[in-house]
Amino acid sequence: MYNENIFHYLRTNKLPHIWCPGCAHGIITASILRGIDKLKLDKNKTSVISGIGCSGRTPGYLDMNTLHTTHGRSLTFATGIKFANPKLTVIDVMGDGDALAIGGNHFIHACRRNIDITAIIFNNNIYGMTGGQYSPTTPVNAYASTAPYGNVEPPFDIVKLATGAGATFVARGDAFHVALMDKIIEQAISHKGFSVVEIMATCPTQFGRRNKMKEPYQMLDFVANMAVSIKKWNEISEEEKEGKFPVGVFVDETRSEYCESYEENILKKVQRGEK
Amino acid sequence: MSTQKVLMGNHALSWGAVTSRVQVISAYPITPQTQVVELLSEMCTDGTLDAEFIKVESEHSAMAACIGASAAGARTFTATSAQGLALMHEMLHWAVGGRLPVVMGNINRAMAPPWTIWTEQTDSLSQRDTGWLQVYASSNQEVYDSVLMAYKIAENRKVSLPMMIVLDAFFLSHTSENVIMIDQNKADAYLPKYDPEFKLDVKNPHTFGGLTTPDWYMELRYNIQKGMDDSYQVIRDAQSEFKSVFGRDYGMVEEYKCEDADVILVGMATAASTGKESIDILRNKGVKAGLLRIRYFRPFPFEDVRRVLKNAKQILVLDRNLSPGLGGITFQEVKSAMYNEKNKPPIYGFIMGLGGRDITVESITNLFEHAKKNDPQDIIWMEVKK
Repeated sequence: MYNENIFHYLRTNKLPHIWCPGCAHGIITASILRGIDKLKLDKNKTSVISGIGCSGRTPGYLDMNTLHTTHGRSLTFATGIKFANPKLTVIDVMGDGDALAIGGNHFIHACRRNIDITAIIFNNNIYGMTGGQYSPTTPVNAYASTAPYGNVEPPFDIVKLATGAGATFVARGDAFHVALMDKIIEQAISHKGFSVVEIMATCPTQFGRRNKMKEPYQMLDFVANMAVSIKKWNEISEEEKEGKFPVGVFVDETRSEYCESYEENILKKVQRGEK
Repeated sequence: MSTQKVLMGNHALSWGAVTSRVQVISAYPITPQTQVVELLSEMCTDGTLDAEFIKVESEHSAMAACIGASAAGARTFTATSAQGLALMHEMLHWAVGGRLPVVMGNINRAMAPPWTIWTEQTDSLSQRDTGWLQVYASSNQEVYDSVLMAYKIAENRKVSLPMMIVLDAFFLSHTSENVIMIDQNKADAYLPKYDPEFKLDVKNPHTFGGLTTPDWYMELRYNIQKGMDDSYQVIRDAQSEFKSVFGRDYGMVEEYKCEDADVILVGMATAASTGKESIDILRNKGVKAGLLRIRYFRPFPFEDVRRVLKNAKQILVLDRNLSPGLGGITFQEVKSAMYNEKNKPPIYGFIMGLGGRDITVESITNLFEHAKKNDPQDIIWMEVKK
């Protein structure tokens, strides 16, 4: 798994990063970089965007065209970048609160448009940076600083949400099964259209400590045990599915991409003088 | 003897909401505000506070939920900071137009980008034209007391406007101080239940925010200004009643050794309280220095500012904020307040401490040094790396 090449894409003078010990964000970031390296992407033609939260720090460490934007709005910035310069490979890294609470509206509309952006959601089930408030993916009964008696709100299933909203590539991985994560992320980046990758991540500091998993290995165990391959998922009973999530690629289809569709159906008509 | 608690500024806000018996709280996390509503969410769940806590998906929704709850006749509270306040902007206007006395704590944090979490006043001062009353605190006791007074003022039918209590990130929000707690019975006597003139009521339906043509829009804006005009007396009354019941004396401004002062420094929040020490040092050296701390920024305390400053020989304004293309925002207001006065002392506009850089006792004494040697200027940048 270790790949020296990823240093080529890092601003090494910004390291070490500020993520907490046991945080999975570094694992996911390295996976994204291995994907970029494997696809031989030119770092000057790659753009990584983030919103706010712990995931928001990611672009700061990457030696590419990066933008650290406002909370929940990173997909709108990313859409502008891709639309203005469709030749760029655009990757948007988001957290669960970022992508699905404050940015939920932008998320579903990006899925619907099928613009060629790769959205990677670092899902640690909590608002980590602000101190452990429950997020739209906090499991029912889990504890959070704003849910001292346990969370009562049902969480989003990111895969189902993205699929329903029209994303043409939808996958889920976890921070423990790194080989699978590498494969999914590489596929997502090379997919033409809007790709959504949920990575089930760890936050021992804010989620783990409140939920009897304060040690990093306990949290990694937690996400590893939640992950079930799609094949196995289809074989197990509903009871066995409780608290678990299928991992793998759920949607991989072709539909007209937004920038191309705009070029074909609008720009060319304007050039030909049609109305 | 009164109970005392050691509270950080954030928790002084939370306890202020408890003492005021707020009924609905809606908020979204943002550093350095989060602890305010974290404590409140716990108190709502454990029964310390009989209120509904609504966690929403953005600050825009938080203010919208407060507006809804306030329109339904509930006493509502929220807190935010910087980007969160900016995101609420549309709703801030709504609360004013709806004449809804929502009370909010705002922790002053510098605006991004670049991303930062440290203190600066540009976030709240950017909202000065929305019609919210704004009070700036310099101690946690003041934060706590201001919440109770805020509801008293905002809910007064002569005012019926929302109010913001503003405190510096970290210097107050995360710093613990002794706070004398208010006896709940006395608080209840001081601040009776919220009794709105209009509210959403199934038995007597009303509409908030309907379409208005040019026939009446202007009159509604006139009424908002009237509410602000009337608020001066309402604020003074609320403060003097507060003093008679609880003993602590607040004005729209705080004056420190201004009576015989030749040179008066004008500032807000914790930087102004640091300034008191500078004034003492200068006084010991024989400089007739004084300090005017502006507490209320909206409504702007024109009378107090004119009264205190009119006999000064020099006015120095310290701004921990910037309106690019103009300069310090307090400077702008102070200068406009003095324009029609017969005696117009020269006014210096100092910009210092942006993005949470320390403003020390020495930095403030340096302002007086600067003014001694230089002519007045609208923008004087202090302690900037070149």
